[in-house]
Amino acid sequence: MSTPGSTPRTGEVVATDQVTLTIDGITTSAPKGTLVIRAAEEIGIQIPRFCDHPLLKPVGACRQCLVEVAMPGPNGELRTMQGPPGRMKPQPSCTLVATEGMEVKTQLTSEGADKAQQGQMEFLLINHPLDCPVCDKGGECPLQNQAMSNGRGESRFSAQGMVKRTFPKPINISPQILLDRERCIVCQRCTRFADEIAGDSFIALVERGARQQIGIGPDAPFLSYFAGNTIQICPVGALTSEDYRFRSRPFDLVSTPSIAEHDACGAAIRVDHRRGKVMRRLAGDDPEVNEEWITDKDRFGFSYTRSDERLTYPQVRDEETGELRPASWPEAFVVAARGLAAAGASGVLTGGRVTAEDAYAYSKFARVALGTNDIDFRARQHTGEEASFLAAHVAMTAPYTGGVTYSDLEQAGVVVLAGFEPEDEAGTIFLRLRKAVMQHGTRVVAVAPYTTRGLRKLNGRLVATAPGEEGDALSALAGDSEAGLDASSVIMVGERLATTPGALAAVIDLAATTGARLAWVPRRAGDRGALDAGCLPNLLPGGRPVADAGARVDVAAAWGVAQLPETPGRDGNAIVAALMSGKLGGVVVGGVDPDDTPDPAAFRAALAAASFVVALEQRETDVTRAADVVFPVAPVTDKPGTFVTWDGRARQFEAVMTNPASLPDLRTLSGIAQEMGRPLGWRTTDEVRAELLQLGAWDGARAPFDAGKAPKVAKAPKRGALRLVTWKQLVDDGTLQSGDVHYRATARPAVVRLSQTDFDALGSFTTEAADGRPVAMVTVTGDRGSVTLPAEVADLPVGTVWVPARSFGRGVLADLASPGSSVVVKGEK
Amino acid sequence: MSDMLTPVLTDNWGDERSWTIEAYEAQGGYRALSKALAMSQDDVIAAVKDSGLRGRGGAGFPTGMKWGFIPQDNPNPKYLVVNADESEPGTCKDIPLMMASPHTLIEGVIISAYAIRANHAFIYVRGEVLHVIRRLQHAVKEAYLAGHLGKNIHGSGHDLELVVHAGAGAYICGEETALLDSLEGRRGQPRLRPPFPAVAGLYASPTVINNVESIASVPSIIEHGPDWFSSMGTERSKGYGIFSLSGHVTNPGQFEAPLGITLRELIDLAGGMRNGHKLKFWTPGGSSTGILTDEHLDVPLDFEAVAEAGSMLGTRALQIFDETTCVVRATLRWTEFYKHESCGKCTPCREGTWWLVQSLAKLEKGEGTEADLDVVLDQCDNILGRSFCALADGAVGPITSSIQYFRDEYIAHLTHGGCPHDPAASTLFAPAGASA
Repeated sequence: MSTPGSTPRTGEVVATDQVTLTIDGITTSAPKGTLVIRAAEEIGIQIPRFCDHPLLKPVGACRQCLVEVAMPGPNGELRTMQGPPGRMKPQPSCTLVATEGMEVKTQLTSEGADKAQQGQMEFLLINHPLDCPVCDKGGECPLQNQAMSNGRGESRFSAQGMVKRTFPKPINISPQILLDRERCIVCQRCTRFADEIAGDSFIALVERGARQQIGIGPDAPFLSYFAGNTIQICPVGALTSEDYRFRSRPFDLVSTPSIAEHDACGAAIRVDHRRGKVMRRLAGDDPEVNEEWITDKDRFGFSYTRSDERLTYPQVRDEETGELRPASWPEAFVVAARGLAAAGASGVLTGGRVTAEDAYAYSKFARVALGTNDIDFRARQHTGEEASFLAAHVAMTAPYTGGVTYSDLEQAGVVVLAGFEPEDEAGTIFLRLRKAVMQHGTRVVAVAPYTTRGLRKLNGRLVATAPGEEGDALSALAGDSEAGLDASSVIMVGERLATTPGALAAVIDLAATTGARLAWVPRRAGDRGALDAGCLPNLLPGGRPVADAGARVDVAAAWGVAQLPETPGRDGNAIVAALMSGKLGGVVVGGVDPDDTPDPAAFRAALAAASFVVALEQRETDVTRAADVVFPVAPVTDKPGTFVTWDGRARQFEAVMTNPASLPDLRTLSGIAQEMGRPLGWRTTDEVRAELLQLGAWDGARAPFDAGKAPKVAKAPKRGALRLVTWKQLVDDGTLQSGDVHYRATARPAVVRLSQTDFDALGSFTTEAADGRPVAMVTVTGDRGSVTLPAEVADLPVGTVWVPARSFGRGVLADLASPGSSVVVKGEK
Repeated sequence: MSDMLTPVLTDNWGDERSWTIEAYEAQGGYRALSKALAMSQDDVIAAVKDSGLRGRGGAGFPTGMKWGFIPQDNPNPKYLVVNADESEPGTCKDIPLMMASPHTLIEGVIISAYAIRANHAFIYVRGEVLHVIRRLQHAVKEAYLAGHLGKNIHGSGHDLELVVHAGAGAYICGEETALLDSLEGRRGQPRLRPPFPAVAGLYASPTVINNVESIASVPSIIEHGPDWFSSMGTERSKGYGIFSLSGHVTNPGQFEAPLGITLRELIDLAGGMRNGHKLKFWTPGGSSTGILTDEHLDVPLDFEAVAEAGSMLGTRALQIFDETTCVVRATLRWTEFYKHESCGKCTPCREGTWWLVQSLAKLEKGEGTEADLDVVLDQCDNILGRSFCALADGAVGPITSSIQYFRDEYIAHLTHGGCPHDPAASTLFAPAGASA
């Protein structure tokens, strides 16, 4: 499969050998290798099952799917499979591969198969508690359902007065996940998921016979970013979450399909809610995107919308007291419009969390209402080189334009990860990459500071790089025969690569020389949509370059305005600087956490210096506290929207609930623009979607890539100092994860990682932790503060130190230093 | 009488310090090895094939054919694994063999590994028999020192490393694929087949797994030739085997005889039933094989005839029970064993044995009705042939067969309100003449 060049691309028709078989008298054909249980599904015959799962390897443990099978013998005559001779031996259809001429009789046409299935069901129930009325799974339980469809109504076991096996209830296998062992039918779906899919083998079978159970190591709880999937695939109520256990019954819930808002993966989810409150989220089934898996963040991170800090009414700054006071929406629109008009030149800063429609609204608001290109969605470290890269190589790429897709990862011979740690930053990609590695022989090469747990699970090769060296390392990959990049390869570029000058230029060169394809993976759900919507100083919606007169005319005509600002605007850093220097007076900030910005202190100072600040937020933040007008905008549950995935798929979702107290950003911006006398032309998401559709993508030339000024040679760190490298762990202190206590408890501990050499240079300082284990505490000090955390040795390049970006205090950017800069590490005695 | 015996494997058991390499070589040990190393590997396989040797672990699969399944073009290393996880109730032949003459096994391992081109062999020994493990380990050390093991054995160019591996006390690890998982350091549970071990066994490489007695029989086949071996036994069950008599016979022990010998003959060899008692029921090959009664005294003990009688030759572990024994009680004890040893992987075995034990316990106490007996049989019907491996098939064998032959005795428990037997009478320390 992994031979470069010979692998079929998506969409290519591949001839497969078919076999013809009969199931319950119906003749059907299936590709060679198809399991009988799948072939039966294809013709609408449901064979009961528990251990079987289409995305896990067959195991044949539960024996529920037994069917009668006859195979053609040497003389061509059908021979029923027997054992002992003379007695029909039913076969598990979940492990049996369909073969030519096979005749299968399921419970529908074979008494023997039906009896065998009923027998297994009876066995499964003898030790299963009859606590369905209080069990979370009751009502959506495969055991309950199939016991009704394929089992007997009365229990002979109970009628005989037999004794069920019991266990003390329940045990925690992680801070989030509980196990009720007596409910478990040991189908091994959870352990197989942990081994085969997530690669986190922290749960395993222990004991034997009827006392066999799922267990964890004494000091090794089931800590996995994907653990929640085991709850969903558990065919009984054995696995539950602290979060949801006993909170509601499935038949009381209303389910709405949606799209996860925590990363750029666009995982399909199902939001289950009751009386205006989201109770839980489940993985949706989308074979093209997340298959049936989601990260724990997508599953458990949703209570931020119920935060006490949630804003529920607009506020304006009272002219007399100088304090924020509640205001009506119309008043707030008027105050915002007047204030922005009075402030003179103004800029727009949006975070990466807004939907594509809202991003478009900001983009149009900046150009039409404020008459500026000073807009940037990148609430993180960013450069002009990156903006140019995005315009030249990323904007508006999509599967239908030949862009890299999830399934392309499975076909890729090699996947290069640059400035990108998929397990932490895009869990859905991580799972697909692991599938590619495990099933299709894809090789992973990471240009990264150290071998992460994620990279280890991908059997990946590390090209160890210190911050600033990524460009050179990427250039060297072109001639690296071990990496062997070719046209079947994919280079996945994370947003962090932008922090190294010249690295994006190197990526473009690498792709050009090897033929490998490029994919850019931002961290946040709204980043790609904001890029395509033109929330950049150099881009208009649809990938239209600001500098292109034709593109400006195109957009101006569609918008019905005379002209659009001609010169590319300021990026986020420049907007902050201009607010400080007074070149900009006003600023509209939507969904930006100051501590995500490249220099949080400067950002706060800029807000203070601005003459007028309009904030669109879900909850009270330092931005709303500094604002002159505050609009409470809707979270994703309260509005329809679209998230554009890293691979350019527009993932539309509808509102889960109606909440009149929170309006989408686009409705708010429309209201302000209306009061400014520069109406945007729509008020609803549907109207924006229609306008976006009409505007379409730019069909002219892309802006050429401009690396900007020659990269500065990075200063060598001062003597004794280490270069800081950082990224956000999947589970951390991010604002969209607040309130989810049990989920947050599954976070990987915040540690400082350094090379053995640098660690040894700290001298002897190991102390004892509370539990008696040795722990080495170090203090890292940068120009913005310092932090004391346990230290771990990793295969980092000497002179480099890794710290998680948002796992302590206000995070690295606010409390430590800028990534790539020098920090000092000291051992704590 | 004793001319019915054919001591080959057991021949040297009575020798002074028979387990030492000196004693073994003094009576001709390791001669077959030299002979085998002078043969081509395919000729060794052919000799074992021609001998008609069938697996002595119970299933009776032709050993030479098993060896022939190893794909020699597979680039992975080949492995030979000896299944010495003897744990079946009643079965007690491999452990005495390894205790009395470990070198017979080791010589067989070397020849067999040579034949299948394996450079690494393992003996997986039941963990509880520490004395046997120590004796084997010592014998392996002796064999290394004698140059029978290691690099370039006796200049043949063949290398062999032999590892004695101790199990951790799980009956399921006698199932060959569970054994492989256990040997690999995993939890011992049977694997899905295909792939079969011959193609992807230990470390996903071609692997032959044979019982101790099968491998130990190889040197004699090489030394005396396949015709000598196949001249013994019956038409389709060739050669000799160790018959282990235990229970209510005067002199229990190991009797090595050609396959096809009858229980009547074996009981005579063992000095008859214990004084004053008569045969009630017996297992032909360990507790997993359905019980037989005195009407089967003249059934030839070979694979075919015992199968025809409705049981299995199994491991030729003949547990002999006289009329003092309560068949319900015996069956319950066996079932308790299977419940305890069920690995838990599949539903019918895990849950079925849990229920069966409770059902039989109630029947033994005389509780319930005859209808419960039919429920027990229905449970057995839902287990037999539905489980993942043969463990559960073995578990229901004694139950269905005991109800088949002694249904009246089960019912007697119900009408009697408990067991009609005196449990003390069946013990070996019961006074002579005691009866139910």
